[in-house]
Amino acid sequence: MTEATPGLMTYTTARERPFDPPDALTRAREETPIHRMIYADGHEGWLITGYALARAVLAHPGFSTRPEFLHPPIQQRLINLQEIRMQPGFFLRMDPPEHTRFRRLLTGQFTVRRMKQLEPRIAQITQDRLDAMEREGGPVDLVQAFALPIPSLVICELLGVPYEDRDRFHRDSAVMLSLHSTPEQIRTAIDDLLDYLRALVKHKHAEPSDDLLGGLVAGGELNDEELAGVGLLLLVAGHETTANMLALGTFALLTNPKQLAAVRDDPDVVEGAVEELLRYLTIIHIGPMRTALEDIDLDGHLIKAKEVVTIAAAVANRDPERFGESETLDVSRSAHGHLTFGHGVHQCLGQQLARAEMRIAYPALLRRFPELRLAVPAEEVPMRSDMSIYGVHRLPVTW
Amino acid sequence: MKIKADTGVCVGAGMCALTVPEVFDQSEDDGTVVVLEPDPPASREAAVRRAVKLCPSGALSIEE
Repeated sequence: MTEATPGLMTYTTARERPFDPPDALTRAREETPIHRMIYADGHEGWLITGYALARAVLAHPGFSTRPEFLHPPIQQRLINLQEIRMQPGFFLRMDPPEHTRFRRLLTGQFTVRRMKQLEPRIAQITQDRLDAMEREGGPVDLVQAFALPIPSLVICELLGVPYEDRDRFHRDSAVMLSLHSTPEQIRTAIDDLLDYLRALVKHKHAEPSDDLLGGLVAGGELNDEELAGVGLLLLVAGHETTANMLALGTFALLTNPKQLAAVRDDPDVVEGAVEELLRYLTIIHIGPMRTALEDIDLDGHLIKAKEVVTIAAAVANRDPERFGESETLDVSRSAHGHLTFGHGVHQCLGQQLARAEMRIAYPALLRRFPELRLAVPAEEVPMRSDMSIYGVHRLPVTW
Repeated sequence: MKIKADTGVCVGAGMCALTVPEVFDQSEDDGTVVVLEPDPPASREAAVRRAVKLCPSGALSIEE
């Protein structure tokens, strides 16, 4: 059993090309699937770049997701972790059995069947946005006109959050996810969003509602502070992720016309195309991260208790051992099993909702505007390498 | 082939119900796995194996 591989890696978020992970991380994967890595606070932990090992870590019960055990892979990440950690109900950062208690209250709301029932409503919301784009005429910013409103409207209706309040939660989410935010800015944004959700929970006590938060309030299993924490997680995770997939995915298709034509013209391709876009684009820009709770033998490497492991999901999702010709976007490949929704007990709660939204929105957009094209040169599209969720800040398009 | 499901381990991600809806469903209450067909026909074996492999929590196993 070895304790270290030679050379200490550092994590990087700088991308050389819009759709590819940082070259340094790709080169690291080409050498070996696991590396010693120096963290921003001097901690000597690990970096995982191979698919099989990434999956093994995420499925292993000896690794914790609790923020107080983590070390920051890059300086900016520390702030975000410290600020969120104290909020009750933020179950993404809990281990079983605490995590199980929250997740079990919610999983019944996000089943494959429940999400299928939402499809007609998602399709209607999508058509409304396309109608608005058509009325307005190009060029438009696809993020503001299409990619952000669709998942925002859907998650608002599902949770029971008034869509009229979107400016507030869009603004707070952006501050929380920016790698440039100061600790004070992040604290202020989280407090503002929590205050908003506390007031909403209070309102739902007084006026019961037939939506997810209303149901949790009526169920009485969670206290109000936990309800606000659950609401924070679901609201932010429910719109930022899909919004970025929709915009970045459209950008990727616009630069791969053959793949775009397949998604537009062949309904049988769409399901696989969504998985492939999730794999190829991996909008999880940093991590996921875990901390060993005990000494763990990981394929012959000794991960000591308290050592942090950062998984570079974007390069693990390009591991040729699992995905073959992994550097090309191929909507006809079988990309199932990608790590974009994670793996293990924390695998994305809302993944079936995200799939439904993408399966509806991509082809609807491409069929409504068969001549859709970028309104600026591709090099001028501002990329979100400064955010914890990757994507585009704006996507000017016309048709 | 016989499918075993541990609902105590299941996290309700829905990968099984997505992959082989003829064999797997999810509980209306807590989203955990419901096996509709514990002894699936040979024609579905490959898909069932894929679903077991995709399961994020390790709740599914196969007894030959």
